[in-house]
Amino acid sequence: MSVTTVERGPAAEPAAAFSAPSYLTEENTVASWLLTRDHKRIALLFFASITFFFFIGGFAATLMRLNLATPGGLLQPAVYNRMFTMHGIIMVWFFLIPSIPTTFGNFFVPLMIGARDLAFPRVNLGSWYVFNLSGLVVLYSLVMGGADTGWTFYTPLSTSYADGYVFAAAMAVFINGFSSIMTSLNFIVTIHRLRAPGMTWMRLPLFVWGIYAVSVVMLTATPVLAMDTFLLAVERFLGVGLFDPNHGGDPLLWQHMFWFYSHPAVYIMILPAMGVVSEIIPCYARRPVFGYAGMTMALMAIAILSFFVWAHHMFVAGISIYSGVAFSLMTFFVAVPSAIKVFNWTVSLHKGSITFDAPMLYALGFVLLFTLGGVTGLMLATLGIDVDVHGTYFVVAHFHYIMVGATVSAFFGALHYWWPKMTGRMYPETWARFAAILTYVGFNLTFFPQFILGYLGMPRRSYTYPPEWQSWNLLSSAGASILAIAYILPLLYLGWSLFRGRKASANPWRATGLEWATRSPPPAHNFERTPVVTLEPYCYDPERDTYVTQEGVPHAG
Amino acid sequence: MPASAPPLRPEIQFATLEQQGDAAQLGMWAFLVNETLFFGALIFTYYIYRIAYPHEFAVAAKDAVLWCGSVNLVILLTSSLTMVLAINAGAQGGRHAMIGWLIATAALGCVFLLIKGYEYYQDFQDKVVPVVNFVAKPGAGSAGELFWVFYWIATGLHAIHLTVGIGLVLYMLLWRIKRGEITPAYYAPLEVVGIYWSFVDAVWLFLYPCIYLVGRS
Amino acid sequence: MYHWIPFWPDTAAVNAIVVNNLYIAELGVSGLIMVTVVAMMLTFCIRYRKGSATSRADRVQKTWHFEIGWTIATLGAFLVLFVWGAAIYIWLYQAPRGDEEVYVVAKQWMWKIEHPGGQREIDALHVPVNKTIRVVMASEDVIHSFFIPAFRIKRDVVPGTLETIWFKADKTGVFKLECTQFCGLQHATMHGEVDVLSGPDYARWLTGQGVHESLAEQGEAVFRAHGCSGCHGDNSTVHAPSLAGLYGTYVHLQDGSVRLADEAYIRDCILNPRSFTVAGYPPLMPDFTGQLGEDDLLKLVAYIKSLAKQESAQ
Repeated sequence: MSVTTVERGPAAEPAAAFSAPSYLTEENTVASWLLTRDHKRIALLFFASITFFFFIGGFAATLMRLNLATPGGLLQPAVYNRMFTMHGIIMVWFFLIPSIPTTFGNFFVPLMIGARDLAFPRVNLGSWYVFNLSGLVVLYSLVMGGADTGWTFYTPLSTSYADGYVFAAAMAVFINGFSSIMTSLNFIVTIHRLRAPGMTWMRLPLFVWGIYAVSVVMLTATPVLAMDTFLLAVERFLGVGLFDPNHGGDPLLWQHMFWFYSHPAVYIMILPAMGVVSEIIPCYARRPVFGYAGMTMALMAIAILSFFVWAHHMFVAGISIYSGVAFSLMTFFVAVPSAIKVFNWTVSLHKGSITFDAPMLYALGFVLLFTLGGVTGLMLATLGIDVDVHGTYFVVAHFHYIMVGATVSAFFGALHYWWPKMTGRMYPETWARFAAILTYVGFNLTFFPQFILGYLGMPRRSYTYPPEWQSWNLLSSAGASILAIAYILPLLYLGWSLFRGRKASANPWRATGLEWATRSPPPAHNFERTPVVTLEPYCYDPERDTYVTQEGVPHAG
Repeated sequence: MPASAPPLRPEIQFATLEQQGDAAQLGMWAFLVNETLFFGALIFTYYIYRIAYPHEFAVAAKDAVLWCGSVNLVILLTSSLTMVLAINAGAQGGRHAMIGWLIATAALGCVFLLIKGYEYYQDFQDKVVPVVNFVAKPGAGSAGELFWVFYWIATGLHAIHLTVGIGLVLYMLLWRIKRGEITPAYYAPLEVVGIYWSFVDAVWLFLYPCIYLVGRS
Repeated sequence: MYHWIPFWPDTAAVNAIVVNNLYIAELGVSGLIMVTVVAMMLTFCIRYRKGSATSRADRVQKTWHFEIGWTIATLGAFLVLFVWGAAIYIWLYQAPRGDEEVYVVAKQWMWKIEHPGGQREIDALHVPVNKTIRVVMASEDVIHSFFIPAFRIKRDVVPGTLETIWFKADKTGVFKLECTQFCGLQHATMHGEVDVLSGPDYARWLTGQGVHESLAEQGEAVFRAHGCSGCHGDNSTVHAPSLAGLYGTYVHLQDGSVRLADEAYIRDCILNPRSFTVAGYPPLMPDFTGQLGEDDLLKLVAYIKSLAKQESAQ
């Protein structure tokens, strides 16, 4: 592997680096942002785009919870159906999947491996434009009236029966896939070829491992979805029956191909989040992460196994009982590396010197919510139970624990942890802690009742329900309003800190990664000199309260 | 001209040209992994339906124009050879040979598209264009239309890929080589285009039996 | 038996009791995992908070000892749950012949129920208690999902095939019947009631429906109307496989495969005969795609099954 860590001659160093302004202040014309090739600026562009879609998707969710506060509902059935469909499509493809990779991955992978940029900066910028193009298409679909199929586009409902803007929504997903592919391809090549001297694979920070694992999954799963949505669009637009039983097609084929992507997609959402948490916990516990090698292997094991579990979404869909049994077994296997990670994070607190700053609160919340989402996932993997709770609110609660509880917590954790590096400003700690705790409370209030509703038998995607379930639904809606506040709050105080926050030093958290070795915010090409790595990450010592950076520079307490 | 061109420097994120070329190649291979799954998914759906409707597919495939597909197979295989010869010439500094082989490659690609176009015309005459003028053959049933939907999607996507390939070869000819950026010291861009070209060729190798050889044993 | 547990759904079938036991076991395992993680986290967070006097010396070095430990522990627990769940799944999803049969046609947005005696109902299903009921389901349009929470059974009804499921209610009463696969605008209102009646009540209900023609008899009319009897009838001269006694047997096909002649097989043969040519017979049968609705298909299936019953009775 040493071949790949090419020594850099001084000739390639950017001139006059010491006096260089930061990437934010270097040049500030509109064109310098829209045509930038700097991975850090592109990360911020992505951040703006996905934040926008997060609030659009969140608005749809607000309407849904408002509707479900009463058994009769407030919205027209057609409106409700479109709201949950658009909520799913936007949150999955326009927020969760790109969330951590395109923002923090884009910003910090080059910084953490000691590179000056991603391998293909133009492809990176292109990815953002493709993403926005797909975003425009999905907004078109939404504004014109939305799709009404559920985000899963099950055939033949989506191809022959639904009357919403299904074609536009499917095309948005199709185009969005190109953005995923461009970004993931860039990360794979960058991590393989652009590591700084001494940055061996087993010295990579776990966040980089997480991004690497997710890129492999994205690169190999996304084209299958692309073909699937393409065939769907062809069928919907031209009326040829690829998935329609009346034309000899097989509706289950759509589901197989859809879940072949969309199950790994769940891991696309969670793997980078796992990477983030593996950065935050050692930093605030002031000790090395427990079982670094095991953590990397678990990440890759999850990435690979995630391709062999897709049909667990189809246990009741009419697949043969033998494939049901096989996929259930594989699902239990993929749960094992996840369990290893949970235990390793927990034990990473042992004999540490723990402080509870906002990123740490988000990270600890992540571990708890992920564990609860995980154990309920085990229930769903158990065939006998899945037959009962499949298609009910139990499933809704389960995947929100993973995708919202865990991933969005990690997203906010990352945002706070790296905020000083990205902006050069400190965020207000008290407010941030308050928001972190509020998120945790609001989230559990919103989604825990849904487990109970699901087990009682409330089907998902229903705009109305029998009155005896109102108390649980009301609780859930009340929790959702708290959650909404907890999500809007950071927008306010982080916005404030941009202008009024304390100036951040290069390494405010006394962390060991290379991203902290450069200034806050970093200069245009990241480093004033190419770092040389001599140590594994997370060399913290809680006993003496010291730490050694990856470049081998010791720091006293 | 090459002699007067300034020495090529790597982009800012790379230390050496060698590293830059290495990254470009890895990027193309990664992209082809992705493309393989894209076409793989399509061929997978094809096989699902072919296994479900073996008789119907055999009857429907009789209308495929065998000679067009076969000649095109030979043309594409030859074009991969000329592509490799171009890269070889580029690596050894044979500038004229490189340009000549590249022109041959692009020309063969265009011939493929022309024959494909003629075949589409024939298909239209045979009334096997779903939605437009499809007439089910006796014995082919509704599943016969599935075969032809697959045919149009698969050959259409392949033709788009080949067109992109021709575009890349022309970009090499009219831009990179003209500016003297392809030298024996750094010819990675040409190699990357070559890898892509061979992939498009290989896709046809898989599509050919799926379309033209069904039911002709 | 489970009524004392808070927030517990109705348990009204033998299927449900089996699932309940597994569910309680899963809750136990999940609870154990959660409690372990939370307890460890809380203990460490308090004990090793910054500034506490606890010693941090002698941190664990050989982490893989622990990692292998919890890998094996979780894998073991998971495998037990897997085997348990899979056993139940295989048992739930292989419908036995059953004491009674019910045919269900799902369409946007209603459940149409047809009893073998010819009784029909919409969004309501009357069944006798303590009898094994085999449910044969077809969909006219999109994918629906047949779900009775109190029985813990569910199966998607996919258009283009027939699905079967079974249950044995052990309590009389009225229970919810739901659709759990999003099926369009009024998906939320696609629900009904399952009335579990005692034996005598059920018999009374059946006779009270004023029906004269059983489903099989209706199927026989379809059978003649579409000319099936021309080839498959007793007096036919065409070399076509006999349908008497077909149901439930294994059929050898021309391509060498062997298929169990269940409801889905019979339906497939009617619609797509070329793919199911029986060994030793010429592929003569025309396909009936688009000529028969799901109602008629179910009647035909019921009729062909009734031929099997006569055979075994003789």
